[in-house]
Amino acid sequence: MRLRLDPGEVARARALAASAGAPVVAMAAAHTTVSIERAVLRMAGLAGADAEGIPWANRLVDAVSEQVGLAEGVALPVWHALAEQRRTGSAPEGADPLVTLAQRAAAGSVTFRVPEGRAAERARASAVRAARAGVRRVERQRAARERLLRRYPVEHRPWIYLIVATGDIHEDVPQAQAAAREGADIIAVIRSTGQSLLDYVPEGATREGYAGTYATQENFRIMRSALDDVSKELGRYVRLTNYASGLCMPEIATLAGLERLDMMLNDSMYGILFRDINPVRTFTDQHFARRVHARAGIIINTGEDNYLTTADAIEAAHTVTVSQLLNEYFAKQAGLQDWQLGLGHAFEINPEIPDSFRLELAHALLARTLFPDAPLKWMPPTKHMTGDIFRGYLLDGFFNLAGALTGQGILLVGMMTEAVVTPWLSDRDLALQNVRYVLNAAGRLGEDFAPADDGLIATRARQVLSEAVDLLARIDDDGLLEAIADGTFGLMKRPADKGKGLDGVVRRAPGYCNPVTDVLDEPAATPGVRP
Amino acid sequence: MSGVIRPYGDATGDGMVQLSFTLPIPHDKRAEGAAAQLAAKMGMDPAMVVHAKAMGPDFTFFIVYGRVNHLVELDRVEVVERDFPLLTPKEVNAAIKQRLRRPLVVAGACIGTDAHTVGIDAILNIKGFAGEKGLEYYEGFAVHNLGAQVSVPELVAAATRLHADAVLVSQVVTQRDAHLHNTTEMTAAFREAFPAARRPVLIVGGPRFDESMAAELGVDRIFGRGTTPGEVASYLVHRIVGEGRR
Repeated sequence: MRLRLDPGEVARARALAASAGAPVVAMAAAHTTVSIERAVLRMAGLAGADAEGIPWANRLVDAVSEQVGLAEGVALPVWHALAEQRRTGSAPEGADPLVTLAQRAAAGSVTFRVPEGRAAERARASAVRAARAGVRRVERQRAARERLLRRYPVEHRPWIYLIVATGDIHEDVPQAQAAAREGADIIAVIRSTGQSLLDYVPEGATREGYAGTYATQENFRIMRSALDDVSKELGRYVRLTNYASGLCMPEIATLAGLERLDMMLNDSMYGILFRDINPVRTFTDQHFARRVHARAGIIINTGEDNYLTTADAIEAAHTVTVSQLLNEYFAKQAGLQDWQLGLGHAFEINPEIPDSFRLELAHALLARTLFPDAPLKWMPPTKHMTGDIFRGYLLDGFFNLAGALTGQGILLVGMMTEAVVTPWLSDRDLALQNVRYVLNAAGRLGEDFAPADDGLIATRARQVLSEAVDLLARIDDDGLLEAIADGTFGLMKRPADKGKGLDGVVRRAPGYCNPVTDVLDEPAATPGVRP
Repeated sequence: MSGVIRPYGDATGDGMVQLSFTLPIPHDKRAEGAAAQLAAKMGMDPAMVVHAKAMGPDFTFFIVYGRVNHLVELDRVEVVERDFPLLTPKEVNAAIKQRLRRPLVVAGACIGTDAHTVGIDAILNIKGFAGEKGLEYYEGFAVHNLGAQVSVPELVAAATRLHADAVLVSQVVTQRDAHLHNTTEMTAAFREAFPAARRPVLIVGGPRFDESMAAELGVDRIFGRGTTPGEVASYLVHRIVGEGRR
């Protein structure tokens, strides 16, 4: 089912999004952040934490930052110090030189300096070599995913997305495997509440989280390995999702690439609006994270659904479209392709409103038509789930029907016990029965119908697009950062000089060196294919 | 109306109820018998297992209809009355707008070494908690989330500068009663810095607090585990704006 939209209007919307987004991309290119610098070290192989659980990546970046600042990046001082360490024999035999350097730096026994001339060239070359090894591993993981997808293909759409969240990775594993056996194509491990505001990535396997499980490299590895087992058992590759968001977005994106996660929640504005993270920090981190996702073949999921949980789903429908267009622009600037754009939207119109389902179809079809090659992430009702589970089950059925009719790519399974309990075993089973019934009964119904050109659905979609164009024009005039400061999205006002993580933002010096983006500027050793 | 009632299916006094649950056993005849036994023990007689379905190899889901033999004695119904009414966000905003005529200023922080902002963020951030939006979502509140590891003098200074009507402090991770020491230190500092009539309303929250210890700790209110933003918002209106006359 497709809408007919005025191609001129669509082109105008994209041009305005590009014009509004370009200064933000330029701003991101002019800055670095502590998390980007830590991601560089992680890509180069630095892992582990000290006895207090502070990662070595944090220790090393903090030491460099204190001594010489981060305007040149962490790579030049670190790889210069590594050469010194080797020359003076300060590292014990067989120890990881980066970890040793971090340990010595934490103890205050390393003097960092930004090398110049030939020393700088040598440091840069070593850093690029180390970063390239990490990027190659990301590419090998991508190739492994493509191989597994050929062996265990997932032909159907939409992909069924289920959430697991016990707080304990060892409890998550059997739940995730059970969910996969029940029909989930994608497992999302929800993070512990508050992780987005931690300025470090916790280390190791974790068994204690608040309403979710910490995202750590080891937890990623454990869950991916468990899902590989169940993929083999089911003959269907089960994708794993986590969250590249919050203050450690670049590092988590890096760990996701290294450990073969398949999709990542990664919105360009979510952290700003819903976590009060500084806008400059978020946009700068986001650009780096998306470059890594692009190379890793990871599908990003954007968070437009969240706007509709705070603002009214009809009045704010055009802000979803605007954000999708901006997310698309930023994603393309970072090298992501259309098939990697799980742009978000949600079924959140008040069901008491007449024609609410037709309006939902209009909004969903608008997204489908504007982004024909993007997988689109379709989010179930939450705001109008009242605790009346019977009514909620019906609402979820209509949500599933709208998803089927409008060809959504990723369907997050709605639970009738939303707002009541974290889903029970039976809730999940009933929810999947609901999805299966609708897809089986009406999965291809869209082939039989097209909305009438002058009908309510097409008219409403054109109206939303036109409101989106107007808003984009205003954002383009005022500046995106100003629009965010004024509360344009989700009703939240977030000025560019406020918010968490601002102290971790550094303006780049002319000699700034980032070996990871240097390697990402080169073509991949093995070109990825669209899975 | 009679003081004794029974559930209503399709006739007065038929006592009919519906029930669904899961048992951790495979679906077979015995499982259905087990479901009927549970329903019987719950007072359903006769109990009809109208639906049983395997959920994977190890679980079975049941729907049971039946008549319960229990009576509801209305004159013995006990309700724990909350000492303040629970308001919707709209009612909170309206009460503040009509009766305070300016935004109600809230300053929040984690004090001491506690870096766990999960509690204060759940109450303050727009994202909220348990399906309820945080106080930032309300037009009626001007929210200042000072974040983690705020010292008591910093908190007092911020509350003074912001003209805070209320100060919310969260303590999540604690050892050796640090949350209690931090709280008494905080309340003493506020008592010293403000005359009694001008002192902001002091609220602490966290899973380790006992809600009945407010007076002992010198705070106006303690909120324990599971408190939602709506409860805090309603309390703030009750305490600071007043209920108004209807």
